[in-house]
Amino acid sequence: MLQALEGSMAIARTVALCRPQVVAAYPITPQTHIVENISRLVANGELNCELVSVESEFSAASVVLGAAAAGSRAYTASASQGILLMSEVLYNIAGMRVPVVLTCANRAVSAPLSIWNDQQDSMAVRDAGWIQLYCADNQEAVDSTVQAYRIAERTELPVMVCMDGFTLTHTLEVIDIPDQQLVDDYLPPYQFARALDPGSPLSIGTLVSPDYFTESRHTHHEALLQAETEIIAADEDWEILTGRSCGGLVSLEGPEDARIGILSIGSITGTLAAAMETFRDEPAARLIKLRSYRPFPVAALKQACDGLTDLVVMERALSPGSGGIIGIEVRAALAGMQDPPRIHNFAVGLGGRDVPLEIYPRLLAAIREEAPSGFSILDVELDKIDENT
Amino acid sequence: MADQTEIPISELRRSQPRFNGLDSGHRACLGCGEALAARLVTEAAGPDVMLANATGCLEVFTSAWPETAWRVPWMHSLFENAAAIAAGMESAMKAQGKSTKVIALGGDGGTFDIGFQALSGMLERGHNVLYVCFDNEAYMNTGIQRSSSTPHAAMTTTSPPGQERMGKRHLKKDIVSIVAAHHIPYAATASVAYPSDIRKKVRRAMAINGPSFLHIHSPCPLGWGHDGALSIEVARLAVQCGLFPVIELERGGVAGVMPIRNPKPVRDYLRMQARFRHLFADKAKAREELEHLQAIANHNIDIYGLRGGEPDALDSEGADTVNRGGVRWA
Repeated sequence: MLQALEGSMAIARTVALCRPQVVAAYPITPQTHIVENISRLVANGELNCELVSVESEFSAASVVLGAAAAGSRAYTASASQGILLMSEVLYNIAGMRVPVVLTCANRAVSAPLSIWNDQQDSMAVRDAGWIQLYCADNQEAVDSTVQAYRIAERTELPVMVCMDGFTLTHTLEVIDIPDQQLVDDYLPPYQFARALDPGSPLSIGTLVSPDYFTESRHTHHEALLQAETEIIAADEDWEILTGRSCGGLVSLEGPEDARIGILSIGSITGTLAAAMETFRDEPAARLIKLRSYRPFPVAALKQACDGLTDLVVMERALSPGSGGIIGIEVRAALAGMQDPPRIHNFAVGLGGRDVPLEIYPRLLAAIREEAPSGFSILDVELDKIDENT
Repeated sequence: MADQTEIPISELRRSQPRFNGLDSGHRACLGCGEALAARLVTEAAGPDVMLANATGCLEVFTSAWPETAWRVPWMHSLFENAAAIAAGMESAMKAQGKSTKVIALGGDGGTFDIGFQALSGMLERGHNVLYVCFDNEAYMNTGIQRSSSTPHAAMTTTSPPGQERMGKRHLKKDIVSIVAAHHIPYAATASVAYPSDIRKKVRRAMAINGPSFLHIHSPCPLGWGHDGALSIEVARLAVQCGLFPVIELERGGVAGVMPIRNPKPVRDYLRMQARFRHLFADKAKAREELEHLQAIANHNIDIYGLRGGEPDALDSEGADTVNRGGVRWA
């Protein structure tokens, strides 16, 4: 049913449709509205689950780990400092291959303190071994949340659904919230083969010697690579039921014969599409929306970049002292291509800096320079940096 | 054969005359108090349980992949989250309508220090979890570093005695009072020297629908510096001198104590352990610290009213003997 809903409210309703048995969360801006709305659904009897209002994000992640390992579908959400506080548990959840779903309401990481949007938080836990899906709009966030449970439970890998804080979480959009029946048909009840059970006791989280650690890491890595199939299948099956796709691993927009490509993740994709419509005098670009950041879809990316002379990689985070995070990975992925595009790497919109439509002509102007820049922060305003203060 | 397999495994295990949750074959040191205490706890708790184990010796010596010494569902996640993992398990059991009791296990480091916040949160939210702290008074798994549970003046590798120091400068944290301040239904201390007391307290905690806390004093021969064969004797002396009061608290109030028949001098307890060796040097500072420790024991005896009267089957001399046909706790 189509409704005008705030992103957070839409996510809360969608989580409820997935019938989680245990929800644990700790409030942090801009995730708070999700937890508040879930609490309200529980208070009104619209969601029957154990709601555990924990004393920290560290415990939020631990509670969902304990619950999922004990055989219950579990949900949590966080952002920024919360994700970093959880990070030890996030590695642990993934290493134990326990399927939980987490919404990351992407926000900058302190210091300096910023409550506003960028994607430094989820990038900081890139290597934790989770599947990471980035959402371009709230409808995608809703659809990806349901898909996330199916992907997690089929692959025994936790899934982080990343949606830009405020830009998506606090924005009212017309959203189609699926029917309960549809979600029930799509998502079978939670099954975890290694669930803790006194009838058939298992020890999980054991100490592993060097004899087995490498094999454990190898298996985990392979599982993530193979999860590409499940991510695609989950999206295709969802499209059959709803008529909507989230774009699988990578999706394209814009003219097929475009020579310039712009790769981005999250809500900035929408800004670029709108900008292309606005600045019709500028050459049109192929917009490449990277939805699955982990697993990193190398083959799909190569295909998406086929025929491009220039590729702009947009970042909402950076690795200080190195530069772009996605940029480096894209360079590595395309290195083996026959005719690789020239790669230009920019960070924009850090700590909530607005990314206006004018970003599009600026990007095109920037890449007209002879040599592609290794990396730069496109919207930095150097005149504000006064050496005397 | 077909008939036999139809009997649920859980039923078969329930009918065992004596249930071992923690089986033999694990890799604990000789005389490990924690291993004995963990066996006693799981034995009394029975098979319908689920364990969340904090990182530490217990986790390491019981679970080296691909082997395990646990006969009950067991999970180790991290050092500081056993209480939160247990809270998650308990929430899952509640959501599934199951009565399986969740037990969290941690050492003093995982309980007094790094897991303190998660413990407080779990207690405050009223989860139906029994939290058991095996207190060996230092970070033994990493090689004897001081924790907030290390007794005053004890030697560890991070509180070594020297020209300027007499071991740990600070007091042992009074964890059971802090736990009791959450006004949980049941909190108790126990010592591995009194097995039937441990069993009784575990059964009591198992019957409670809500958070309970059991703090078990568990000698570490390696860390305390005594012969492995003396663990029980050392643990018993800790109780009998008053340094480790054995008490029960209900909703934050003291509900019972193990009386001390004839309080022993703390030196008798300290002298058995190399970690207090420096207190017996012929130095004014050493004598002063011995007096401090005796004062702490006296204070415990006073505030909990531990001084016993007539010999009692349940006091510090009687409780560790098995009186067949007479008074037995468990």
